[in-house]
Amino acid sequence: MGETFAQKIIALKAGKVSVKPTEIVDVSPDVVMSHDNTGDIASIFESIGVKRVLQPSKIVIPLDHCAPAATESYALNHKQIREFVSKQQIQHFYDINTGICHQVLPEKGHVLPGTLILGSDSHTTTYGAFGAFATGVGRSEIAAIWATGKLWLMVPRTFKINVNGKFSEGVYAKDLILHIIGDLGADGALYRAVEFCGQAIRDMSIEGRMTLCNMSVEMGAKIGYVEVDEKTIQWLAPRTNEKYDVIKSDPDADFERIIDYDVADLEPKIACPHAVDNVRLVREVAGLNIDQAFIGTCTNGKLEDLSIAASILKGKRIARKVRLLILPASREIYINAVRLGIIEELANAGAVILNPGCGPCIGVHQGALAPGEICLSTANRNFKGRMGCNEAEIYLASPATVAASALEGKIADPRRYLQ
Amino acid sequence: MTFEGRVWKYGDSVNTDVIIPGKYIFTTPDPLELAKHAMEDLDPSFAGSVKKGDIIVAGVNFGCGSSREAAVTCIKAAGVSAIVAKSFSRIYFRNAINQGLPVIQCEEAVDKISSGEEITIDFEKGKLYCRAGEFNFPALPEAILGIFKDGGLVSHIKKTLR
Repeated sequence: MGETFAQKIIALKAGKVSVKPTEIVDVSPDVVMSHDNTGDIASIFESIGVKRVLQPSKIVIPLDHCAPAATESYALNHKQIREFVSKQQIQHFYDINTGICHQVLPEKGHVLPGTLILGSDSHTTTYGAFGAFATGVGRSEIAAIWATGKLWLMVPRTFKINVNGKFSEGVYAKDLILHIIGDLGADGALYRAVEFCGQAIRDMSIEGRMTLCNMSVEMGAKIGYVEVDEKTIQWLAPRTNEKYDVIKSDPDADFERIIDYDVADLEPKIACPHAVDNVRLVREVAGLNIDQAFIGTCTNGKLEDLSIAASILKGKRIARKVRLLILPASREIYINAVRLGIIEELANAGAVILNPGCGPCIGVHQGALAPGEICLSTANRNFKGRMGCNEAEIYLASPATVAASALEGKIADPRRYLQ
Repeated sequence: MTFEGRVWKYGDSVNTDVIIPGKYIFTTPDPLELAKHAMEDLDPSFAGSVKKGDIIVAGVNFGCGSSREAAVTCIKAAGVSAIVAKSFSRIYFRNAINQGLPVIQCEEAVDKISSGEEITIDFEKGKLYCRAGEFNFPALPEAILGIFKDGGLVSHIKKTLR
């Protein structure tokens, strides 16, 4: 019997020959990510009584959750983080002008195939799109790794999700992952490694693969993973000089489940309030009035996403009663979107362009909702109160669906704008 | 370790945003301050009337969503002595162990327990006693029991580094 990717990489990082699913071992991560929660982590670290972080070169800290600071207390948090970073001589620090952590880490070459990455953020699973083993842990655990270089992990069982067929016009990776989450449920892949494979994944852009891995955690997965191929290698080439090892599951590995999907008949999907697995077809909810449309976040704030939105909104005006927020996931994406004229097209259509960051998605700042309002968002979560108001409703869909809906002022199927 | 307490019963996939909204978690790490907002968007009556020793009983996937440790510390600071669920989201499970909050997976018992009833949990013996009877639950794996017994991850690390 062969081994899964998860078994191989955990064994490697634990210094063992092999490990079995459900076994618990201590691993040494290659990269440790934390963001605005670094202030709290620094306090926890100091309470351990260790003076210096063990391996500063493995630590990556982007500030993104409230960037730039919305209030004095957020500013103080950022100030304390900058002081800690300087005191500990942490080189890989990215201030508020860089972008969302899950976009910044790959862009800056910190995500390499065959590495183990732990982050104090649940959407750390995003990095699986590059053949890394990446998952979220708690704040105390990041402090523990800073102090000791190690943390325990349980070896997960693996689901293999085979996706074949060709996407129809107007249907994207976001629709696929919403479909899978709706199908398997919010706990459908609890504690499992989820490998996405098949022709539709090989045909998919790196951006689309990141969206799949990002949202794997919404069905409980420990990691999302896509095998490295020529596209991955090309994407990484200008971003790193480091050598890396590609690790893949053996064909005869022990997959707990193998699930097949064909995207040929897939239609635009939408997650309805207040659960990510409450998934329906966009056409079933079409016509529902919206107050705010939001295109951005670590799930769908990439150049490809903004470009799709612009192709729908170019030369048009959004509905008068709708607010459209556009948030590029990073400065790199922002600059490229400016250069390509995308930002101008979106702004001309009536969009508000926000700085890269997480603010609106988690209700920390910018784009908060009022009681009774409805937001259609490209984010990954629609939990009650998520965007700062527990009497508002959040729907989740692809950038194309959000752009089409912003035009109409109500939830709309994007396909008629793309023919 | 034995816990006796009054039950607060909730459903499936209680997420970290309703346990503690994101707008509170970057400006104060003070658990007592966070406890004032515990379960705010799910059960506004919770924070005001939860008593020391109370036990949360819930369905599958408790604590799904964010990695925020505050979703554990706010509940612990509010006085909750243990959480019983059909299953836990993985980061929530880790955070609870690391904060020394007992998390008990006991699928059979959950549907038989009602809100407001008094239940008893014997953590070492793996027994849960409620009005409907007695239920068994598995012990924590040895590898992580040590963290829990030391009172959480920070005390555990301190001990191992000594």
